[in-house]
Parts: sequence; structure tokens; C-alpha cells
Amino acid sequence: MDDLDSLEAESIYILREAFSRLRPLAMLWSLGKDSNVMIWLAKKAFLGRVPFPVVHLDTGLEFPEVYAFRERYAREWELELIADACPPIEDVDPTLPPASRLAARKTHGLRQAIDRYGFHGLIAGIRRDEQATRAKERVFSPRGEDNAWDFRDQPPEFWDLFHLDFPPGTHVRVHPLLHWTELDVWRYIARENIPVCPLYFAREGKRFRSLGEIGITFPIDSEATDIAEVIAELRGTNSAERSGRAMDHEGEDAFERLRVGGYM
Amino acid sequence: MPGTITDKRAFPIVVVGHVDHGKSTLVGRLLHDTGSLPDGKAEQLRAQSAKRGLDFEFSFLLDSLQVERDQGITVDAAQIWFHTARRRYVIIDAPGHLEFLRNMVTGASAAEAAVLVVDAKAGVSEQTRRHGYLLGILGVRQVVVAVNKIDLIEHDEARFTAVAQAVLDYLAGIGIIPAAIVPLSARHGENVVERGTRSPWYAGPTLVEALDALTPRPPASHGPLRLPVQDVYRLQDRRVIVGRIESGRVAVGDAVRFVPGSQTARVAAIETWNDLVPATTAVTGQSVALSFDRDVFIERGAVASAADNAPPESHVVTVQLFWLDRQPLVPGDRLSLRYGTAEHRVTVEAIEAVIDVESLIAAPALALPQNAVGRARLTSVRPLAIDSFADSPRTGRGVLVREHRIAGGFVVEELPGQSRNLTSVDAPVTPAERALRNGHAGGVLWLTGLSGAGKSTLAMRLLRALTDRGRLAYVLDGDNVRQGLNRDLGFSPEDRAENVRRIAEVAKLLADAGVIVIAALISPLAPQRAAARRIIGAGFHEVHVAADLATCEGRDPKGLYRRARADGLADFTGVSAAYDTPEAPDLRLDTGALGIEEAAHALLAFAETAFVAAPEPGGHAAVLLGG
Repeated sequence: MDDLDSLEAESIYILREAFSRLRPLAMLWSLGKDSNVMIWLAKKAFLGRVPFPVVHLDTGLEFPEVYAFRERYAREWELELIADACPPIEDVDPTLPPASRLAARKTHGLRQAIDRYGFHGLIAGIRRDEQATRAKERVFSPRGEDNAWDFRDQPPEFWDLFHLDFPPGTHVRVHPLLHWTELDVWRYIARENIPVCPLYFAREGKRFRSLGEIGITFPIDSEATDIAEVIAELRGTNSAERSGRAMDHEGEDAFERLRVGGYM
Repeated sequence: MPGTITDKRAFPIVVVGHVDHGKSTLVGRLLHDTGSLPDGKAEQLRAQSAKRGLDFEFSFLLDSLQVERDQGITVDAAQIWFHTARRRYVIIDAPGHLEFLRNMVTGASAAEAAVLVVDAKAGVSEQTRRHGYLLGILGVRQVVVAVNKIDLIEHDEARFTAVAQAVLDYLAGIGIIPAAIVPLSARHGENVVERGTRSPWYAGPTLVEALDALTPRPPASHGPLRLPVQDVYRLQDRRVIVGRIESGRVAVGDAVRFVPGSQTARVAAIETWNDLVPATTAVTGQSVALSFDRDVFIERGAVASAADNAPPESHVVTVQLFWLDRQPLVPGDRLSLRYGTAEHRVTVEAIEAVIDVESLIAAPALALPQNAVGRARLTSVRPLAIDSFADSPRTGRGVLVREHRIAGGFVVEELPGQSRNLTSVDAPVTPAERALRNGHAGGVLWLTGLSGAGKSTLAMRLLRALTDRGRLAYVLDGDNVRQGLNRDLGFSPEDRAENVRRIAEVAKLLADAGVIVIAALISPLAPQRAAARRIIGAGFHEVHVAADLATCEGRDPKGLYRRARADGLADFTGVSAAYDTPEAPDLRLDTGALGIEEAAHALLAFAETAFVAAPEPGGHAAVLLGG
């Protein structure tokens, strides 16, 4: 087994644990590269069929290419898609900086989905190497009634004996890609030939390294026009993956506040 | 030199040690000096520090959460990547604060190797020892010791040697031989990546050189197959079991045995999606889906094992454990025990020792407090198919759960030996042969419940009905046995336990002789009933004759409740002694709600199914009765 095989096996193990022990279960499909990898892994874990709904928290502000990708692959991958509109920005804490406030609409959308469908488990594609606060996450991360993340009091998690026995009212975030790096994700996409949104590839010297809403997500300078070139570019970079995501940079604790409030 | 990073999976290391010995500073230094920081990160933090009026510290690189800066401690195991010319690393920076031991455990359990940070001036401290000890339990055997703050002892060789010797002695006591002991200064960047000039007497490796010399542990592919079953999926017309291979390998055509139990089957296929070439073998670490040449009736928690080398089934395990819960562990505690994908209720039979991490002496103890390590004996009603840690590390360990919380982790030290059975003589007539003659198997229905719940009444009804149908049946009634075999016993807790033990042994003998034994006795405590199940084995069936106390007291057929209330009868179950309601009886009869006829009918149906009909498809009795 090579390193990608190990990562794949571990993620499949996590997905199967979630499916066996958390119902109802759903997967968050942001339409980004990481969540496409998750869907691919779910098809492997469950032998061809994703046996739970995938949820797109729709702000109505995705790029047109992203919506086109959603329509095509929801059909091709035979997904049970839930794409309810997130609550309006007026509902969001006005003390958050503007981009964070826009991003926090997804937190509200998530809460809405939990209330509406009663999900007990939600699979999300976050990774430890993306952002310092995500580095502190557990693979199975419990959230209380208020959806909040209490990073000061997280349950221990060791030997892959994942703990899923929580008091009623708790829902659990499941993070099957937590140990992957950005480079791992791209190498796996290349190996498995997994479709991704064309915005990841350079046009006129710019490409998106991380996908988010129009207005708070910006492309980076890049000449990488295919997967191999993206991988080559990443091997030579020392800049942060989320540098094009405005909400990470509005204040030194802006993203941390988002996450404590329940953001992915 | 990012261009030289290999794509190989990062080598996970954990940084442990006493609080304030400089773990975060060391990690910050490693990131900085290996050129592993994102562009501008150090400058950004320098600016932030200046804004707060603080001197820049390398530990700030890690303290990315607001709360950490406020409290000045690393709250959780954070993961950070760095790279050397040789390979990529992922560092788990584990907190040194005692309160956060659960986070240290979380971080260290995923590591291949550990850097144990020791303050050169303060020397070996409590958390140095505790962390060192836990590394041993967690299976992290590769350790590099970083003797930090060497500048604070003026780079003095003799003082370094003294600290190094103390660490070496301690680690030797727990069976760890460090790969290197490096004198260094994280703050000044000496002997971390760059060789320092102020300790010319030191000829050993720098920290990074020592780390680069470590090797990943090989996967346990050579061991016997262990595949804990995660789930059973239905795929078109076949059942597929899924799970991850924790040890050994599996190939199409291999015979596999599922434990607990005795079902065996051959692997028909390794099921995959989107693979052009069907897989025919799978190895340790792989998540697989297997279909078999015949239907297997198993559930999550079973262990698919090598047919000729399966884990033993046991009801008692002795474990070495670390305890994380605020509430201490005491004998009699009931917990959930999880290993692989299995989960069982267990009772703490005894705390055998608590280990003093200073002296490494195992002392007798009545309780295991938070953050302590010790040894305990646990009993389970249902058989555990678990390995000893020495035989199979990944399937010889587990966690203990109390009230929705992970309360501790354990490794299996000892399984009950079979030496006690070595003197038994094999009989020429087997239970199977007797069952064939009698038309039913022998076994035990163990009726437990409060006095007045209806145990004796139901037992006698069942005896009549079974006898009328030509079954060989006998009642062991608690009160009757106390007039003979057990007349020397009273009602103290010890005597009650002995009463149950003797009745269980007699029931086992009768069951062996082919009789359906109906044992009717209060047997108030779960550990006693667990002991009975252990003695009797697979033929044991627990029947809870349930009625609430008010109902029983209203019936009071023997006038005992009246006496208990009036005369203060000591140790009277339900009034002055506890009754443990069975958590998962094989049958529960609510005699408060059911009429006696209905209850007797249900009990008869259960007995017929248990001893006369096939207990499970393909099982013992079906084969016997088929001919």
C-alpha cells in the first residue's frame, strides 16, 4: 500500500463508521475538490451508491461554473441532493466582519438543515493542514444544541476507536479527510481521475485554489492549466491554500470565531 | 527547499513533556529553521507580538487560537507539517498540562515516534515521567529526548550528562531505549537543525538528524488475520461484510472464522467499485468488503479471523489502563468496553494495582483516580473475542466508556489461562450424543427477579409443561437448595455470591447430563449472574421475571416483605439490599402486566426454541434434529 492507499483506507473506514453508527446521516457537498473526493470515497466505501443525501448549503452566490458542476454531477453520480437556500444575511450576527458575515450564512444554512432534516451526523471535508483552527479538530467532533464547537473540551480520540456515544441533542461532524493535505487531495484526484470544477485551472494567468462565494473568494496568479501542473505548482509553493478566502484574513481571530459558532 | 519534498505520507511525531519545558518553542523553531513556514507567517506574528508589546517567541507560531494566547498554554493537540531533506513530518504538539492528558493521549496515539522534551535546568519532572509511561502503553516505542534550554545550564557537559542519565534510567524502567538524547536550545536554535557551537563536547546528532534516522514501523501483515466487522451490507443478492484488516492478510478462497462463535466460511470475492481488475488479496490497513461462499449470520462487532488462529473468547480480562475520567474507577463500576468494532458491558471486578509513575512501583489500590495508570480485572457477561496486546497490538487494546464519555484506554495484559482445565477427563459420551437421544439439548434457564415476582410459580409451570412433552427437565429452586446443599450459607453478600456459584455449578452438571435446568433464584447482583453465565457457558439463558416492588410486596406469598418491613430483616432484596435489573436478559417476562398463563406460555415457547428447535441456522441442534 502506498501513502494514498493508506489515506483512502482510513477515510473509507471513517465513512463506514459514520454510516453504521450515525443516522440520519448526510454529507456536505461544497462542490469544491475536497468534497468531490469525499463523494468518490463514499462510492468506494458503499460499493457504488452514496447511501445518504448530500447537502449543498446554497447562498445563491456560487460561481456559474460551480452550479453547472453541481447539476451535472448530482445526476451522473446519482446523488440525493438537498440544496436549500441559506437564510438571508440579515439573520447573521452583524458584529462579524463583512466577508465572515457572508460566510456565516452557511452556518445558518447548516443549522437550518439540521433542524429541517434532523441529521445526527454531518460529513464535512475539512483538513488539518488548511487552517490552524482546523488542525485542532477531531475526526468525529460533537456539537451541542447550539451547534457550537467547544475546542477547550473535546473528547479524547485515539487508536481509531472513534467515540460516537453522545447525549441526546448532540450532532456529530465527521471529518474523513482530516489527515489529508492539499497535495494529497490533488494527487488522489489525478490518480482516480475525479472530476473537479474548471475554476481550479488557470485562465489568463489566474486560477482558484480554494472555492467560495463570489465577492469573497479571489483567484491566485497561476499558469497551472491541468491537474499535473497544479500538483507541480503546489510542490513549489509556500503560501497558504486559503489565501484567496477573504473571511480568513479580516482579523486574526475571524476564522476562529466562525468555527466556534459552528462553521465547517 | 520545497521542491525536494517527497510525496510519501508524512512521518507523524508527537512532542511531549512537562509544561513549560519548551515544547511549543521547539516546534516553532523546527518549522522556522527547516523553512517550512508559509511565506510571511513569521513576519506576521512578529508584527502581532510587537502590537501586543511582547517579545517574539517561536511558540507563538503554534498558539493560533485566541484562548491559548490568553492562557499561555497549548490547549489541544495541533498538527503541523515540516520537512527536512529526507522526508515530510507531521508534528502533533501535545500539551504538557496535566489537565489535558486526554489531548496528549489523542496526539501521541497517532505518532510513530516521540520527542520527549526535558528542561535541562528543571530536569525530569512529573509529566516527563507520566508522558514517558503513557508512550509505552500507547505503543510509541521510538523516542528522541530533547534536553532543552541547554543555555540555562551554561552548556555544561556534566550537568547535561546528569539529566541525560536520569532520563535514560527512567525510560529503561519502562522498556524504552531512546534513539538519541540531544542537548539543545530551541530558543537560540542550537542543535535543532543547525549544529550549535557552544557545546563542542557533544558529538551526537542534531534533533533533525536524530529524527531522520528513525524508521516507520512495518504494518502487521505477518500476523494472523484480524478483521473487525464494521457492518454488513446487502449487495444485490449477497451479503457483504465490511471492515479494515488490522492484522494479517486475506485472499479469495481463504477460510475465515467469525468470533465470538464458530461460524466459518470461505471468501468468495473482495468487492470493490470502479476497479478494472478484481482484487484477489488484501493486506493489513486496507478497508475491504468481502462476500462469502455461504450465508454468514453475523453482526458488527464480530472479528473475522484466520480459521486456525482466532482470538480466544473470554469473560474475564486483565488490562493495563490509563484513566481519564474525573470520577475515579472503583470495583463494581459498570462501563462499556470497546475494542475493534465491538462494544460490551463490563463490570470492574478488581483494581489490581495503581502504578506510581515516579517509582514505577505497582501498589495495591481501591480506586484509580483521574490521570492514573494501573491494572484492573474486568468481567463481561458476553464473551469477548479479544487478543492480548503482546500477541496483536491493534486488536489487543480498547477504550472504556462511562455515561457518554471516553473514560480510559487499556491494553490487554492477560486472558484467563486454560491450565485449570488441563486435568479434566474427556467423557466418551458427548452432549451432542445425549441431545440426539433425548430429542433436545441440555441447558439452563436462569430465572432472576424480586421475591414475589413469580419465579417459583413459573418454574413449576414450565417443569410440568416440558415434562408433559417428554422433555427431561428439573427445577433448582433457591429456597429448596438452601435447605440442603447450601444450608451452611446465610444472606450476607459473600454467602449470596457463593449460593449463586454453587447453584450455577450444579446447573452446569445437570445441563451436561442433558437436562433442561430451570434455576429459580433471586440472584440480585449482575456480577453474580455474570459469574453463573461464565460457569455454565453457551447453554445459559437469563430470564428476567420482572414485576415492580409494589406488585411483589402486594403479593408477598411468603410473608417476607411484611417481616422485612416490620422486623427490619437485614439484606432483604428490594427493601434493604439492592437488585440489579438485568440490562440485556435473553427473555423478559413482566408478570405485573402479563397474566400467569401468558407468562408461562411465553416461557415455554422460549424454552422450546432454545433447546428443541434450532438455536440458529446451521447451528448445533438443527444438525442433530435433521436426521
